[in-house]
Amino acid sequence: MRTQNATAYRFLTPYLLIFAIFWIWPIISSFIISFQATRTVPWRFAPAFNWGRLIGDPAFYNALKNTLLILVIQVPVMIALAIVMAVLLNSPLLKARGLYRFAFFAPVVVGEVAYSAVFRLMFSLDFGIVNKLLDSIGLPKVDWFSNVTPAMALIMIAVTWRWAGYNAIIILAGLQSIPEDVYEAATLDRVSRVKQFFHITLPLLKPVIVFCAVLSIIGTMQLFTEPFLITERGGPGGGTETLGLLLYRQGFRSLNFGYASAVAYTMAGLAITITLVQLWLMREPK
Amino acid sequence: MTSRSQTRLGRSILLHLFLTPLALIWLFPLWMMVVFSTMPDNGIFSPSIELLPHDGFIDNFNNLQRDTNFVGAIGISVSVAVTYTVLSVLLTSMAGWALARYEFHGKGAVVAIIFGTITLPYAVVLIPQFIMVARDFALANTWIALIVPPLFNSLGVLFMRQAFSMMPAELFDAARVEGVKEWRIFLFVALPLARPMLAALAIILFLASWNNYLWPLLINSQPGAMTAPVALGTLIGLTKVSWGGIMAGAVMLTVPMLIVFVLLQRHFIAGIAAGAVK
Repeated sequence: MRTQNATAYRFLTPYLLIFAIFWIWPIISSFIISFQATRTVPWRFAPAFNWGRLIGDPAFYNALKNTLLILVIQVPVMIALAIVMAVLLNSPLLKARGLYRFAFFAPVVVGEVAYSAVFRLMFSLDFGIVNKLLDSIGLPKVDWFSNVTPAMALIMIAVTWRWAGYNAIIILAGLQSIPEDVYEAATLDRVSRVKQFFHITLPLLKPVIVFCAVLSIIGTMQLFTEPFLITERGGPGGGTETLGLLLYRQGFRSLNFGYASAVAYTMAGLAITITLVQLWLMREPK
Repeated sequence: MTSRSQTRLGRSILLHLFLTPLALIWLFPLWMMVVFSTMPDNGIFSPSIELLPHDGFIDNFNNLQRDTNFVGAIGISVSVAVTYTVLSVLLTSMAGWALARYEFHGKGAVVAIIFGTITLPYAVVLIPQFIMVARDFALANTWIALIVPPLFNSLGVLFMRQAFSMMPAELFDAARVEGVKEWRIFLFVALPLARPMLAALAIILFLASWNNYLWPLLINSQPGAMTAPVALGTLIGLTKVSWGGIMAGAVMLTVPMLIVFVLLQRHFIAGIAAGAVK
């Protein structure tokens, strides 16, 4: 095909301009800013200023630890739940499929602020419906907001509620692209349903599951709104502070752009590592 | 009854016994949002268990409107989401069209840069975007600040590139032979053919803009310029605030989207699933 430079760039340029100004340049700029001392006017180049501080900052390690803890627990639980939802929603035995789909997929359209408000109210100590229900069946009330462990659990519950259905939609699409005859052959050979799931379904779903995991890890890594609104600015006492929240406090409360950029690039480093792991997991077998 | 259909029945009962409680738990927060939005604050903060709606929604809405100009904020949110969606669909489908249908210098580089940076966290660009829009362009608390920077989102490019590249080339070549201009082929042949994909994309983008929180929180923090989620967020955590009112606001943000979701479920699901199916 002959080249069509002029025509192609007429279609491309409007988007590429926006993409360059608001995505590519900020990626570069953020990297440069992380090597600058930004609380003096004018900003000056000081390579170790922010990164040196980051390495020795207990607040950074606290946020990193919390973020990784949420990642390591919440993402696998949610993905497992999403697989269960998708497999069961796909069952030919299911009646009133539309209602179940609505129940699991509806959170996908709910905004972070709206659901944060509801969760805050549902889990409050004395008048929260969750504690009232626990109390009514004889279980002790949980102080979800004053202790670190329940507060972290609450954040994970909230995020799982919001995103499990989203992942289930993607996994369900993956399930539906598996050809029927694979199972028919296995059924003829008297392979049990459970074995079919572990030996046929899961291996065939691997690319989709890895995709969901990467998407979820990168999303959870930037967790901001839930600890900001549900547990009130990462409370109790920084117990639910995440990297996203640290970036917000440093960048937009203390207006320390250099340090916040170093935090942002730490997140980018994690994301790049995870993406490389994904590529390695998905490599073509030789 | 054969034993085969008996095991089928048994499995079906087990399936529903497991899935029904899970579905009820999943619906519970949404149900309670509606219930809370209809209760006075002394009802929300009472020791009794209330699981059914009352009739106080209007009172709660009035309390909300007293705490913050929520109607105004909804107006901003709707206008921003509509404008953003139209612009983003247009820009990204043009770019997707070029990448799917033309050979040109630098094509490989453009694709590599878009794909190569897609998994970078949004947090990375937050600070430079803020400095640029608020300080360099002095556009904080304007509509432009809410609409234009998020247009960088490359989802639509990937989405529409895929849609256009799956169309048979003969469709467009026939028009070219007759001398139809390229932009007319794009507008009047390609776009109408891509209608289902455009619908799915538009829904996903509208929802993203409607629910967007962090960027509007940072850039439009003045009361008259806030979007609805930001306005609602400022009330959470205040001491003298109507929680029934906050819940009424949450319902107003959520229920319209739920209705759209039910009506356009197919497109919604197509939009989300498309990310995974390569």
